[in-house]
Amino acid sequence: MTQADENGPAWGTPQQTPPDKTADDKVPSMLSLAGICKTFYPGTPNERVALRDVDLELATGDFVTIIGSNGAGKSTLLNVTAGSLSVDSGKVRINGKDVTRSPAHRRAARIARVFQDPQAGTAPHLTIEQNLSVALNRGRRLTLGLGLTRSRRRCFVEQLATLEQGLEHRMNHRVGLLSGGQRQALSLLMATFTHPDLLLLDEHTAALDPERAELVLRLTAQMISDHQLTALMVTHNMDHALRMGNRLLMMHDGEIVRSLSPEEKAKATVSDLLDLFATKGGLSDRTLLT
Amino acid sequence: MLGAVDQGLITAVLALGVFLTFRILNFADLTVDGSFTAGTASTAILIFNGVPPVVAIGGGIVAGALAGLVTGVLHTKFHIDPLLASILVMLAMYTVNTRIMWMGHDGLHRSNVGLLGKDTIFTPLVENRLRGTWVSVGCIGAGVLVVAAVMVWFLATKFGFAVMTTGDNPGMASAMGINTAMTKTVTLMVSNGLVGLCGAITAQYVSSSNIEDGRGMILIGLASVILGNAIFGTRYLWLAAIGVVVGAVLYRVAIFWALKWEFIENSDMKLMSAVLVVVALVLSQSKSANTLVTKLSPWRQRADIPEQMSVVPNPFSPMAELDAAHQASTAQPTHTGSGHARHKAPPPCGPDNPRRGPDDPG
Repeated sequence: MTQADENGPAWGTPQQTPPDKTADDKVPSMLSLAGICKTFYPGTPNERVALRDVDLELATGDFVTIIGSNGAGKSTLLNVTAGSLSVDSGKVRINGKDVTRSPAHRRAARIARVFQDPQAGTAPHLTIEQNLSVALNRGRRLTLGLGLTRSRRRCFVEQLATLEQGLEHRMNHRVGLLSGGQRQALSLLMATFTHPDLLLLDEHTAALDPERAELVLRLTAQMISDHQLTALMVTHNMDHALRMGNRLLMMHDGEIVRSLSPEEKAKATVSDLLDLFATKGGLSDRTLLT
Repeated sequence: MLGAVDQGLITAVLALGVFLTFRILNFADLTVDGSFTAGTASTAILIFNGVPPVVAIGGGIVAGALAGLVTGVLHTKFHIDPLLASILVMLAMYTVNTRIMWMGHDGLHRSNVGLLGKDTIFTPLVENRLRGTWVSVGCIGAGVLVVAAVMVWFLATKFGFAVMTTGDNPGMASAMGINTAMTKTVTLMVSNGLVGLCGAITAQYVSSSNIEDGRGMILIGLASVILGNAIFGTRYLWLAAIGVVVGAVLYRVAIFWALKWEFIENSDMKLMSAVLVVVALVLSQSKSANTLVTKLSPWRQRADIPEQMSVVPNPFSPMAELDAAHQASTAQPTHTGSGHARHKAPPPCGPDNPRRGPDDPG
């Protein structure tokens, strides 16, 4: 607890500069967001600023968890990175390449996503093997070659076996028949087995019961370390945020209000994070009451 | 009677096109009415101008595909609602088709093109008095099976998988790097190309083309698809495709018998088609009707599904009745005798209750 007292106040300083400026010199950054602004419904009574001048640098191999209250802009940040939302201003670079203007499907060749809703990441009326075939085609040309071949099937069986869900025996079953946890595990596999440059996890365990959430989380950690992926994970679970990844960001009201370096994160506890929420995370008494 | 089967088999080509948009792409495409006439008109006028009949069929396919292209561009580039975009094209095609019919070598402004005395692909059959016999049924049936096989192959390719994903879950498709605008447009072109092909063959079969040919064709296509899928199910794509062909034939034969009653006139067919589609749609939502069809149809019991669907069915999706049918068929003990499954399914990994999270933008 004493540690929390020492660190608590210091965390309160909002960070305007990219957190790892010095680290960038050594490792080329995989994702670089510079001065991202996004406002929904500008000029209407519903106007809402989702991102205010956000800067973020992810080095290759970084695994960053993001926490923050509802409406803090976490999902918007992921959507802007993936290209499903366009930015009002700012630059998005992936692996040094400016992708600010390229549409979501083109960025998807390098960025994989797992969504909160287990139904969002898979096609329910397609079979497991068909879904995997689509995922394997990420970033490749769509040809008139057969989508399922003997060798592809063999590869899928191997990959599915790593999930330990018995899905390798159900290759020709429609994905709509799987449970939420199985679908999320499958989404995770589909997102990672092509080695994307960047993996975006948008509260991907939030819709699952604790047991399945734990399973999916374990698979996440395993796949990210197996494939050496760079990842961004949004979560509402402080415990998950601390256990996973090497860096932690806290967002509030469209800004990154706090960024924990690997050393700070290793020392932090859940109660530290809660304190942080209470003090500078903007969860003032007024916010809590509304 | 066999003439009706002939016509049903020809219509099956159109129904396969409708299946592609309506079922696979989840796109209610009404362009069909326009692209069918485009197929009949351009084929008829090409033959009228002395082009070989086989080449004229190509003209029909191209005309239909171009109509589909316009619908696709209107929808994907300009974000017009699928229904509206296709209605706009359907309407615009009336003028285009009229203009096509004016392209005869004599320059006459006509609204129908007669092909009597001209050579068509059916001339050998007609000359030997084989039209409307088992021979013509066999010839046309073989052709239709080839078209159906090509469609099933198309959907089994990488591109076809992308198309199916686009129809099933567009958000996921684009997150997987699929350019959904492109897949939609290409599928609309293929679908309307098939409709144009159907028009081209129809024009040659009946030796004429009329500007009103296409009116209501979408309903005939829909009726065939719904009928065929109800009987054969959609467990396997090839089975669904065969179902669509059989559905089209059944529809034409049913109309043929209905027209035998004296009080039913040719002009009553449109109402009958509409009523048939409504009845089929309503029935396909009813659980008991689905169970009944599942019991009656040997193909529908094939499903070897160990668990209930975890999808919350969307009642507004064109797939809704498939979901319902699926649930009806899985509700029965269907494990016996499913010899085609290569693996025995393992016991499910324990009860699992997927909860849908709220759409949280934060």
